[in-house]
Amino acid sequence: MSLLSIKKLSKSFGGLIAVNNLSLDIQPGELVGLIGPNGAGKTTVFNILTGVYPPSSGEIWFQEHSLVGLKPYQITQKGIARTFQNIRLFDNLTVLDNVRIALHSHSAYRVTSSFIRSASFKKGENSMRRKAMEILKIFKLDDKYDEIARNLPYGEQRRLEISRALAAQPRLLLLDEPAAGMNPQETQELMELIRWVRNAFSLTVLLIEHDMSLVMGVCERIYVLDYGMLIAQGSPQEIKSHPRVIEAYLGEEVATVAEDQQH
Amino acid sequence: MADTNQVNQMQIANVENYPRGLRWVILVGVLLLYLGILGLKESGSLNPYHIQILCLICINIVLVVSLNLINGFTGQFSLGHAGFMAVGAYVSAFLTRNVINQLTFSGAEWLVTLEKAGLFLLVILAGALVAAFLGVLVGLPTLRLRGDYLAIATLGLGEIIRILLINLDVVGGARGYAVPKLTNFSWAFWLMVIAVLLMVNFINSTHGRACISVREDEIAAEAMGINTTRYKVMAFTLGAFFAGLSGALFAHLFVYISPQIFGFLRSIDILVMVVLGGLGSITGSITAAIFITVVMEMLRQLVELRVIIFAVILILVMLVRPQGLLGNREITDLFRRKQRGDPDEPAQHQKAV
Repeated sequence: MSLLSIKKLSKSFGGLIAVNNLSLDIQPGELVGLIGPNGAGKTTVFNILTGVYPPSSGEIWFQEHSLVGLKPYQITQKGIARTFQNIRLFDNLTVLDNVRIALHSHSAYRVTSSFIRSASFKKGENSMRRKAMEILKIFKLDDKYDEIARNLPYGEQRRLEISRALAAQPRLLLLDEPAAGMNPQETQELMELIRWVRNAFSLTVLLIEHDMSLVMGVCERIYVLDYGMLIAQGSPQEIKSHPRVIEAYLGEEVATVAEDQQH
Repeated sequence: MADTNQVNQMQIANVENYPRGLRWVILVGVLLLYLGILGLKESGSLNPYHIQILCLICINIVLVVSLNLINGFTGQFSLGHAGFMAVGAYVSAFLTRNVINQLTFSGAEWLVTLEKAGLFLLVILAGALVAAFLGVLVGLPTLRLRGDYLAIATLGLGEIIRILLINLDVVGGARGYAVPKLTNFSWAFWLMVIAVLLMVNFINSTHGRACISVREDEIAAEAMGINTTRYKVMAFTLGAFFAGLSGALFAHLFVYISPQIFGFLRSIDILVMVVLGGLGSITGSITAAIFITVVMEMLRQLVELRVIIFAVILILVMLVRPQGLLGNREITDLFRRKQRGDPDEPAQHQKAV
């Protein structure tokens, strides 16, 4: 049984078809990449998956539930969390609060308890604090829990965004260009972290990366989008030598040359 | 890779950085303040006029903090606060005149006093609840709007309530409505303390953080599983509840209410106090409510000129401190052990892991 299954998904904005008849399947525990050149529709796929846009047509099934028509917060509560291409932290709040907000939908106490600071309030707050610190520790942000998110260095903001997404306790984690703006060493560390997190939290990860070489290292299976259409799928090895992928990335002429060289 | 199970317990307990018992210290301070004012009143240093001003300060504090909940913490720009205040005032006044005043009390004097106090509390709560109900009713459709549109919609709401009241003859219409004087300093003070305490508790809970996340980034909040509409309506309703409560206190303090009192300008006055104190600071709201109420009274002799002076103060504050007097800081921040801002210096408890 696949964890996420997208069937014939399309999305058009006016005359522009951003996603065209896309179908994909993700099995539990997989680390899947979604790549493609600029403007291929990768982020649009994420936005549809997370309920930001309604799809024009098609179906999305997650753990046997349809996600079409659900609001973003409902989808998150069903077990899909995401990060954003251009970081969207709660800038003026502390690192700890950023993570605690993501824990909110799993918090155990009611509004009335918070007014009177009842025992369940204290218990709930303590357990949220503990969980948040545990997550921050994994991402080596625990000593900065009291820092305002805006003041963190770029790489740490990226890590905080991932830890915040993890705090929402997802089954499926969507990462939108997690390595954007990172230097090669940071990227390497991040990729190892993603792989580790996937195993430690028994997650399924779908990640968008603009940069092909990075995805090749970490993903087990890759989907390639171009102009909203799926042009290839398979293992990194298959994708690397796929003529249509080379064509999409480097242009037709190079693709022909590459093909000639192979013969 | 870090071991998840070894987060130091010490560290979790200390994570808020507040010294233990700070809340109790503050509450004892509040009690001392109350007793001090009562003492001054008994000794004759404070005349009834002063007491009236102090009551008004308490009422304004509730108004400003409750509007800050909507505008400052949840980031929804509301201009209809006087409308909710009017609802609380008129509902409670109507109930006082038609229920409490129709009852005959008998029995021991202390029992009658107690019964009357209980009824007054119920009347205030009724006013607040009706205002809160209206808050839900209006909040559900209008909170889908953003920014300027929401401001205009809530402005319209305030005006609708005002015009409605002008045309309601049951409560005196434009002539106004006389109300028995039931609010005294103790009522105003302690209801203010309770209201502020409840709102502070709310803000410092996971539900309060959910509201703040809506202000910070609505899209990210939704993506983190926060039902943003629910929290917007919740903040709006709470704000309306406490505006209704202060309206009820207001009506029974000034003995006479009319629709004009709850016009657009009052909403603006409350908003000015919120902005002056700092959007997102309860301490700032309280400070600004005290400051502006006192300044307005001191300038009373200057009649029209006081509006100009007031405007000049506002312009100066906005030029010098656009984030408001206190920004989003709280007085309790003073007691936090400082950790922010020095990344070179590792926190002491960090090494204990």
